[in-house]
Amino acid sequence: MRLEVAIDKRLGALALKVEFNAAAPVIGVFGRSGSGKTSVINAIAGLLRPDRGRIVVDGEVLFDSALGIDLAPEKRRIGYVFQDGLLFPHLSVRGNLLYGAPRGAGGAVGFDAVVHLLGLATLLERRPSALSGGEKQRVAIGRALLSQPRLLLMDEPLASLDNQRRLEILRYIERLRNELKQPVVYVSHAVGEITRLADHVVLLSEGSVLAHGSVQEIFNRADLRPHTGRYEGGALIEAVAVAHDERYFLTRFRFAGGDLVAPGIDTPLGTRVRIRIRSRDVSIAMTRPAGISIRNILEGEVSAITDNGGAIVEVAVGLGGIDVPARISRQALDELAILPGARVFVLIKAIAFDKRSVGFAAA
Amino acid sequence: MLSAEETSIIFLSLKVAGASVLFSLPAAIAAALLLARTQFHGKALVDALIHLPLVLPPVVIGYFLLLGFGRQGPLGGFFEQVFGLVFAFRWTGAALAAGIMGFPLMVRAIRLALEAIDPRLEAAARTLGANRLRVLASVTLPLALPGIIMGGLLAFARSLGEFGATITFVSNIPGETQTLPLAIYNFTQSPGGDAAVLRLCAISVALSLLALVLSEWLSRRSRGAYSGGAA
Repeated sequence: MRLEVAIDKRLGALALKVEFNAAAPVIGVFGRSGSGKTSVINAIAGLLRPDRGRIVVDGEVLFDSALGIDLAPEKRRIGYVFQDGLLFPHLSVRGNLLYGAPRGAGGAVGFDAVVHLLGLATLLERRPSALSGGEKQRVAIGRALLSQPRLLLMDEPLASLDNQRRLEILRYIERLRNELKQPVVYVSHAVGEITRLADHVVLLSEGSVLAHGSVQEIFNRADLRPHTGRYEGGALIEAVAVAHDERYFLTRFRFAGGDLVAPGIDTPLGTRVRIRIRSRDVSIAMTRPAGISIRNILEGEVSAITDNGGAIVEVAVGLGGIDVPARISRQALDELAILPGARVFVLIKAIAFDKRSVGFAAA
Repeated sequence: MLSAEETSIIFLSLKVAGASVLFSLPAAIAAALLLARTQFHGKALVDALIHLPLVLPPVVIGYFLLLGFGRQGPLGGFFEQVFGLVFAFRWTGAALAAGIMGFPLMVRAIRLALEAIDPRLEAAARTLGANRLRVLASVTLPLALPGIIMGGLLAFARSLGEFGATITFVSNIPGETQTLPLAIYNFTQSPGGDAAVLRLCAISVALSLLALVLSEWLSRRSRGAYSGGAA
């Protein structure tokens, strides 16, 4: 799916000025709350009219202020999954699902297929008020899918759910991407969701595009780290599951910089995954430590040190072409005399990887 | 139990109130949509005009109706020529007067219900391919239904009690414009009418209670439909 957006919109104190051009199955729009993420997808859906600009999806112009084109939302064939589902309270689950479905001969995505994919069979006759948060969100996704959209917009669809439900819905969204090949624009301020789902990332800050590019490029760029998350920040690597340890429930993933072991992840062998290494989970040793519980010990070369004079410094270590940042104390940096170019060992606990930091890469 | 005269008074009152609600409801929904969903210059003026019957003495409304919708009045002449519809001294005129007096109540209730609807639900419907008209019919109005029922019943009850505008506009003609309140008034003016007055008052109380109970039941039912389990 190819998406071109170039829009200007004055929104109270925020001057939205967003321009990007992306071709990817899943485009992530990432930024803090208030950065204009929702306004961008509202403009794509036709719910917000930009003051100026142009929006093109797969070659069809949806909005062009210069040409006077502004398609009504119902003519755009853009599905929208809202943060809180927004199911119609007066219709049953079935009524909600069928609301946007074309009459007569169904479209490319059939009712039964969607009900099966999202596990909705037992919910069909219920009212939205009798559904849990996760169920509501699944129905909302199904309702949008059945309107046969060329593009599905998702606005923080997991924000109002608890952790368990988040993982469940994430898996469903991955299925849309992998099984239905449904193009998606996914809006979130959660690093984990974006790195798991998106192939291309548009990073927004205060109404404008700070950077956009492949998810690896954006999340591995040191200069963007203040925006991609200090605490949650880190490196993003693509790896392949190569071995399972049935006895200890561990999986071995291989990437250019070596092997990583992570616990209890039911990934079929040969699957490509993205693994996020949070910089706060990474330690550094000058010699290969022995007698240590840490399972992942990788050797690399220090490529950069970011020292702002505070208690914490960030040491980037090159592993197979990717800079993996480690957040350590400045005291440790001085004591170990770590300098750029030094050979060091990167230590990562196996249990630092959880289900939220491992996601399936697009096929 | 009820005399033939009483039955015909009740029947006429229900006919007048029913017709007034039926014919003013679409206009009230349109006015409520205008006030709840749009911004325009002079909105405050329109709002005030709609609410005027609530604050003006009913007799003033009745007199204006007489001027406008009397057989010599500009609107009265128009309706008689175009639709063959006469209001002056007819039950239709009583319904018109009742409809205008109940209009602000109806608009208020519907407007409140419309304003309570999350506009994003309507936006969601449009992203699902529904045009404005379908959104109105399939989302907005069904969600406003409790307010529409409430407004309709309030106006119905108000119509049953309408006195001032009716008697001024269409007079007090037994069998044509003499609704319940007008009949009660009539009997209070005639010697020895006390028993008849009491009987009509009791009927009036019974009808009003019935309308209240009905409105409570309907609004609970329509609210229950959105929060209940099964469809």
